[in-house]
Amino acid sequence: MSDIPVTSLPHAIPHPRERMMSWVASVDHKQIGILYMTTAFFFFLCGGVEALLMRAQLAFPEEHFLSPGAYDQIFTMHGTTMVFLFGMPVLIGLANYLVPLMIGARDVAFPRLNAFSYWLLFFGGLMLYFSFFAGGAPNVGWFSYAPLSEKPFSTSPGIDYWALSLLVLGIGSVAAGINLIVTILTLRVKGMTIRRLPLFVWMTLVTSILIVMALPALNVDLVMLLIDRKLGGNFFAMAATGGSAILWQHFFWAFGHPEVYILALPAFGIISEVIPVFSRKAIFGYGYIAASTVAIGILSFAVWAHHMFAVGLGRPWDVAFAAGSMLIAIPTGVKIFNWIATMWGGSIRFTTSMLYAIGFLIFFTIGGLSGVTLAVFPIDWQVHDTYYIVAHLHYVLFGGTAFAVFAGLYYWFPKFTGRMLSERLGKWNFWLTVIGFNTTFMVQHALGILGMPRRAWTYPNLPYWGILNLISSIGAFILGIAILVLIVNIWVSLKHGERASDNPWGAWSLEWATSSPPPPENFEKVPPVRSRRPLWDLVHPDDPDWLHGNA
Amino acid sequence: MNRYKLAMVLFILSEGTFFGLLILAYVYFRATTGSEPIAAHVLDPLKTGIFSVCLFASSGTMELGIKSLRKKNFAGLRFWLVATILLGATFLVGQGMEYLHLYRSDITISRNIFGTSFFTLTGFHGLHVFLGLVVLLIMLGLGMSKDFLAKHETAVEVASYYWHFVDVVWVVIFTVVYLWVFL
Repeated sequence: MSDIPVTSLPHAIPHPRERMMSWVASVDHKQIGILYMTTAFFFFLCGGVEALLMRAQLAFPEEHFLSPGAYDQIFTMHGTTMVFLFGMPVLIGLANYLVPLMIGARDVAFPRLNAFSYWLLFFGGLMLYFSFFAGGAPNVGWFSYAPLSEKPFSTSPGIDYWALSLLVLGIGSVAAGINLIVTILTLRVKGMTIRRLPLFVWMTLVTSILIVMALPALNVDLVMLLIDRKLGGNFFAMAATGGSAILWQHFFWAFGHPEVYILALPAFGIISEVIPVFSRKAIFGYGYIAASTVAIGILSFAVWAHHMFAVGLGRPWDVAFAAGSMLIAIPTGVKIFNWIATMWGGSIRFTTSMLYAIGFLIFFTIGGLSGVTLAVFPIDWQVHDTYYIVAHLHYVLFGGTAFAVFAGLYYWFPKFTGRMLSERLGKWNFWLTVIGFNTTFMVQHALGILGMPRRAWTYPNLPYWGILNLISSIGAFILGIAILVLIVNIWVSLKHGERASDNPWGAWSLEWATSSPPPPENFEKVPPVRSRRPLWDLVHPDDPDWLHGNA
Repeated sequence: MNRYKLAMVLFILSEGTFFGLLILAYVYFRATTGSEPIAAHVLDPLKTGIFSVCLFASSGTMELGIKSLRKKNFAGLRFWLVATILLGATFLVGQGMEYLHLYRSDITISRNIFGTSFFTLTGFHGLHVFLGLVVLLIMLGLGMSKDFLAKHETAVEVASYYWHFVDVVWVVIFTVVYLWVFL
């Protein structure tokens, strides 16, 4: 047993006695991680209700359930919420909780900065939702294209709230990103070399670098938009004053495409932890998974204009960005093959967590394939701004990121709370999610090819549009029921769930070496790290990994 | 690896991206709208150049301060910190005078794309100089105590990283905005 290195011990910070206060004033990475995740889940429900409102409006042609103005606000808030208030915070929260445990540290490098990041998320989210009561929520879509978002075309204060709260959230994310990078690079326990890091930590490292380098592009765009709207600037105004609406798009997607990987890479990390444990095999191709992630991270900065094929940038640019976008499919495909190879010949246990991981493999691949079709720009021109895009991005972000988050939730819930989630309710939750998700989004591919525009408040009764939309809406409500089952499962299991042992899944990374839930100081002693699976080595002293050259 | 230095380097990378894109926006508008004649007409590279020298020099005084700190010469550090703050403040006064002059000649942030991109770029830089001054003032205040300096040498060093960054950004902005018109 090796001691925790002194550098991983921050100054002792006294904990207030009161329970509520211990959360509000907490600088403990586990409490802050839980705060991040519960806040994200709350906003996930907000975004989910918005999605159901949209699907209710779209269930039948020529429907008047919502007014056009309300519909615009709701789809904008749905997109903004799911990206900035659910996707990023749930993954940052998970990293916050797990990274110090996985590397054998006492806490993150800067605990108070960590609390600051969280509270920026909390108040940034409140500010965004306050816009509903302050004259209307933002209503120009989650990427707020100029010049529509400019003052002459959108007088709604919602856009100012949108820009300001995204600035607040952006600053919080950069701070969290810096914190995680420094934690991973400086606080690893003795023996935890870079090449032995759990893959979740690897993915968090690359994601954090993307956050630090990509968020400034959004921040620049936001301050320029605010200067235009509040000080009468001319950045994105009409050409007569010299402004350029295209510049907004360039800067937004220079952030927006890395953002896709900020939402996807931690999901890859979760999958890389879950699949080996439930296949009872070490991960296949560790080095390839880590290296392909670095490749994705670099490429993600060079493909932004594939969101802009319809702009007319010129043929050479279109070709270059199409090629770059297709290149990304290679490192991503490498990962998919590695996960399948990990399962191959393993003794697979179909827990709910594993089911979600397998669901991720299938649905993320479908989303990836429709992504490759979109990189072919003549196809993109055809389906641009239609439901085909909506279907694609939901296969990637729901079938991908959200499925991975659920896999992670079922996997780490025992560590977070000391209780197991119910597997019986879990199976219901999983299958309802699979049915609801595919019913909602699979038909949207067809709707898009039939030409139904996204973000349209309602639609005429064209052939097949009515029935396909109805199917999609029914699917959305099945998905809603699936989420209700998840809430019931969490609620019931928190109170009556089976007690979890320290290592209920027989996993091999360090977070399972401590109690469930871990004590404030995380570890009394960290087991020696001599390979990628320290707990395997601990349990099998006669056959440790490091004897096989896997160290 | 020192965690405080690493964090500041990462912060500077992030901020550098922010400024890089603002500069890119300025250059883009300069190229697409031909605002070059306006820049040549209304800006005074000589006057701003003199104030810029103050900012450039302040990086030198900051470094002399760090040298004193390493030799445990705390009085020397305080002297050079005061010098750095005065030089930085002089630069800001110069920028204020320039803004006043431009506003009097009716060059405003809302008048045209030159005004918008010029004031945004230089304004954000000025804001960063101001924040740097606040940080240096805090260092000076804490630096009155020998205990602080003996224990927290890194704090002053990390502050100096930020100050050098603000300086380097100005080298680029000054070249692109003020000197380019002569090339």
